[in-house]
Amino acid sequence: MERIPILQMGEFLLVTIQVDMHDRLAMTLQDDLTNRISQTNANGVLIDISALEIVDSFIGRILGNIAKMSRVMDAETVVVGMQPAVAITLVELGLSLTGIRTALNVEKGMALLRASISESAQAQAIATEWDLEDDAED
Amino acid sequence: MQKIEELKIQSSADVVLVRQAVRQFAIEVGFGLVDQTKIVTAASELARNTLDYGGGGIVKLETLQEGGRRGLRLTFEDQGPGIADIDMALRDGFTTGGGLGMGLGGAKRLANEFEIESVVGEGTRIIIVRWK
Amino acid sequence: MDVTRSSKIPEILKTHEAELLSEWNQELSATNTRKGLIKEAELKEECREFLKLLRIAAQSGNLSNIQAVEWREVREMLTSISRSRSHKGFTPTETATFIFSFKRPLFDRLRQQLHDPAELGDEIWQATDLLDRLGLMVVEAYQKSREEVILRQQEEMMELSTPVVKLWEGILALPIIGTLDSARTQVVMESLLQKIVETGSEVAIIDITGVPTVDTLTAQHLLKTVTAARLMGADCIISGIRPQIAQTIVYLGIDLTDVTTKATLADAFLMALKRMGTTIARK
Repeated sequence: MERIPILQMGEFLLVTIQVDMHDRLAMTLQDDLTNRISQTNANGVLIDISALEIVDSFIGRILGNIAKMSRVMDAETVVVGMQPAVAITLVELGLSLTGIRTALNVEKGMALLRASISESAQAQAIATEWDLEDDAED
Repeated sequence: MQKIEELKIQSSADVVLVRQAVRQFAIEVGFGLVDQTKIVTAASELARNTLDYGGGGIVKLETLQEGGRRGLRLTFEDQGPGIADIDMALRDGFTTGGGLGMGLGGAKRLANEFEIESVVGEGTRIIIVRWK
Repeated sequence: MDVTRSSKIPEILKTHEAELLSEWNQELSATNTRKGLIKEAELKEECREFLKLLRIAAQSGNLSNIQAVEWREVREMLTSISRSRSHKGFTPTETATFIFSFKRPLFDRLRQQLHDPAELGDEIWQATDLLDRLGLMVVEAYQKSREEVILRQQEEMMELSTPVVKLWEGILALPIIGTLDSARTQVVMESLLQKIVETGSEVAIIDITGVPTVDTLTAQHLLKTVTAARLMGADCIISGIRPQIAQTIVYLGIDLTDVTTKATLADAFLMALKRMGTTIARK
């Protein structure tokens, strides 16, 4: 069966969509990605759609689902490389894909993921310190 | 010269073929990239509706020439259950099929002309036109 | 028109070309109020050329259908005259007068040569009909060349009005001047988004200092541009919102809470620099 390849790059997963996806293929991608996140313990997902000529409401929904599902599994999703014509059309269609983080290209997307992961790591460290202090008081 | 083509919509792979055919027509009419993307996206929404809600059907693609302007007309037809409340179906966020509910309303916004006829129990016909 | 008798006009044009030319020149210089726009010698040369082509075309005997092939050279010449007149700043009336002023010399000549009143009437009718057609053609050509100019200027304005400039590595600015309508917004939007991709810029500043008023539609267009840029991974800052526009936006109930706005382009630029992790310090 036809599948979209998922590459692992360190702690991130990279998906480059290069074919005109039919709906079932998009659903398969959603399943495959969530499985891979749990298998690899990845904390970031990059979806490169620079080769996609259209994003309609279905593909928009799949992208949104992936972002939400991965967040629940403690991984950030960044959609990168959306073409201007696609973005204009999506806005006209009425989709603003709120909740999905975006970046201009894979490189910038990677930087965004690193920044947000170190931020959350910091936040976690602070939270742990607080916990320790709380413990000490007891 | 006018160009006409008819395609069947029976599977999600057919939806992809419809998109490709519409893209080809749009290029021939001389649409710019943004206009191409808009009509292809609208076609994708409507083809999926035809498949998911109409149980499959056909689409007719026609190039138009009217005075100095050129355009593209797409006619989607199915013999499905029909739409009982068209106003409701056009509303954003309304869905009976688990989608985002942006299909019909979104396609309408992406086209210059939009026409819908539906008879419950007989089927639905949707016509969209986009001018260059 | 009497078909059995062929017109005398071709013959008169042939035998009296020199006199017609000099009388026409006098006529033209008497009516020419715009001597600064065209040189006397140039005008004379044009008359001479036109008369020659008119004589050649008239020899065909066809004096009514100027779309026919034998009138092609006359048409081409008049088109080029109209074009140059329109570029030089002549009015349509002045341009058409070039042709209409030839009526008097020609009619004078016809009166001298023809003595049968019926024949004279016929010939004058034919001559006036022909010159009217040529005159109208001149006006049409004049109009067409003006339209071409307008069309070209519209295109140029469209391009000029959307200059996307790079302020810094990763920072673009789009200063909008004039009213934003739908057609223009689409061009503005596309060129900004395209430039974002080309330059890999993460921040784009849309400066509306030069936009006189903002209505609901304009605001919607701006919001759409901001949303589309965000989908591509770039942030937009809108700057240059004047007090009246701020008031309008609030009265119209337009929601700009999701959009970063700054009073001036300078403020927006500083903010963009900060976002890129760059600071400016005075030395």
